[in-house]
Amino acid sequence: MLLPVEWIPKNPTLDAYRKLFTIRNFGTSILNSFYVSIFCTILRLLCASMAAFALTKIKFRGSGMVFALYLTALMIPAQVTFIPLFIVMGKLNLLNSLNAFLFLQFFNAFAIFMLRQKMLTINDAYLEAARIDGAGMWRIFFQIILPLCPGTLATLAILSFMDLWNDYLLPLVLLTDRANYTLPLILNSMQGQFSNQYNLMMAGSLISIIPILIVYICAQKYFKEGLTVGGVKG
Amino acid sequence: MKHTRTSGFRVALPFLIPSLVGFLVFSVLPIIATLLISLTSWDGLSQLTLAGDFQGFMQQHFIGFQNYIDIFSGSELYQVLLNTLKFVVLYIPLMLVVSLCVASILNSKARGVGVFRVVYYIPVITSWVAGSLIWKWVLNPQYGILNSMLASIGIQGPQWLQSSQWAMPAIVLASVWKDMGYFGLMLLSGLQGINREYYEAAAIDGAGKIKQFFRITLPLLTPTIFFVLIISLINSFQIFPQVVIMTPDGGPAGSTMVMVERIYKYGFKYYEMGTASAFSWILFLIIMILTFVQMKLQNKWVNYDD
Repeated sequence: MLLPVEWIPKNPTLDAYRKLFTIRNFGTSILNSFYVSIFCTILRLLCASMAAFALTKIKFRGSGMVFALYLTALMIPAQVTFIPLFIVMGKLNLLNSLNAFLFLQFFNAFAIFMLRQKMLTINDAYLEAARIDGAGMWRIFFQIILPLCPGTLATLAILSFMDLWNDYLLPLVLLTDRANYTLPLILNSMQGQFSNQYNLMMAGSLISIIPILIVYICAQKYFKEGLTVGGVKG
Repeated sequence: MKHTRTSGFRVALPFLIPSLVGFLVFSVLPIIATLLISLTSWDGLSQLTLAGDFQGFMQQHFIGFQNYIDIFSGSELYQVLLNTLKFVVLYIPLMLVVSLCVASILNSKARGVGVFRVVYYIPVITSWVAGSLIWKWVLNPQYGILNSMLASIGIQGPQWLQSSQWAMPAIVLASVWKDMGYFGLMLLSGLQGINREYYEAAAIDGAGKIKQFFRITLPLLTPTIFFVLIISLINSFQIFPQVVIMTPDGGPAGSTMVMVERIYKYGFKYYEMGTASAFSWILFLIIMILTFVQMKLQNKWVNYDD
């Protein structure tokens, strides 16, 4: 019944990798995953830093309340909202579209929280000086504030990319057409077709890990920084 | 000289618009909509007109608390909670011990730690889909490494994912593998916060390594351990990818049915949006209660640290 394990394969081969790319939509799914992960990360960071800027560097009534409300969103588990999210995306005609994920980046409580913490440490004297020189708020935001938060932005960019690249639940709910599948969905769909071809499944899994692994090896400290801050995930 | 205004809501608004819209449309609206849908028998297929013709929609589908009554009087919720409890009871102690080991290894200056420092974190950055597929292979009763290893020391391994008894423990094993780096890192920061002088003093007094661990490390680490405990408890109620990928359809004899899996199943397989939404709100309330407990305790820990 039980087969002995061959710890060192007798005939190593890269055949499984070649075979992977003959699976329908496998190549496309990699591109889809890159599209979603890259553009969503950029948008998430932009929107979150705009919000953090408004909450730390612009005085207005209700600023504290807005932040408190935003923080309560951290309590809402994503899994609770996916039925109405499915409906909202349907109304917006975004079901089965990769762009649906872009809309979900407008608000990210965790990113806003982290960037706000960072921006609170930036001295307002910088702003005063720029203002006297006649710089508008957008210029102050892009040319003074953003360049002062590289560490936080890098940490968030890496964490967002990883979350989006690895995400399974939301793509599962929002994407129905195989041509739009992201890599995790295609990998999971292979289970039925190739249930006992473990070499193929392992090759696919490995390919899915590689991009994150490269980023991880190059920028370990950013990975770990973000995950220990507050211990909450976005 | 021209001065730009730097205060007031009108100045802030352009910067806040994306996050406000996102917050309202994708956080507030869904949670309210879930509550409303949970009071209906809506099947997800007929038109949903909560905005346009709210009254008409509610008149047609409103059934009050019937979904909740059905859930609480049926056996499924209790099975789900029992399965979650099984997960919690196995996962949390095992995860704590393993991540404490991870943290201790990272904290030591022994040889070979350099490689470990890089490797231990790889499960955390791996997607659950890849992780689950790897574990399905590891746990395969015939071809898997785990049973082969058990066989080599004379133990006949169980059927793991195909057995109603062992499916949940198998998911626990995979989850510990996935999370040990994350929690290990958290515990490491706790370990590094402990003053080294305590150990030096203890060593001079003749306390051995084991005694040092139980008398110094563990007590001083309790704030971090509590934190890890609550976070992992909250996460335990939300497990999903590993469960549906490793054991589709609730596992053998429903032994791995869990909250999110039920929400997904009712919503997108049975098209019973009302039931799915009711399950969502039950989950939401559980998470909220746990989060409040966490916040209450967190305030205490801050004082503890001072």
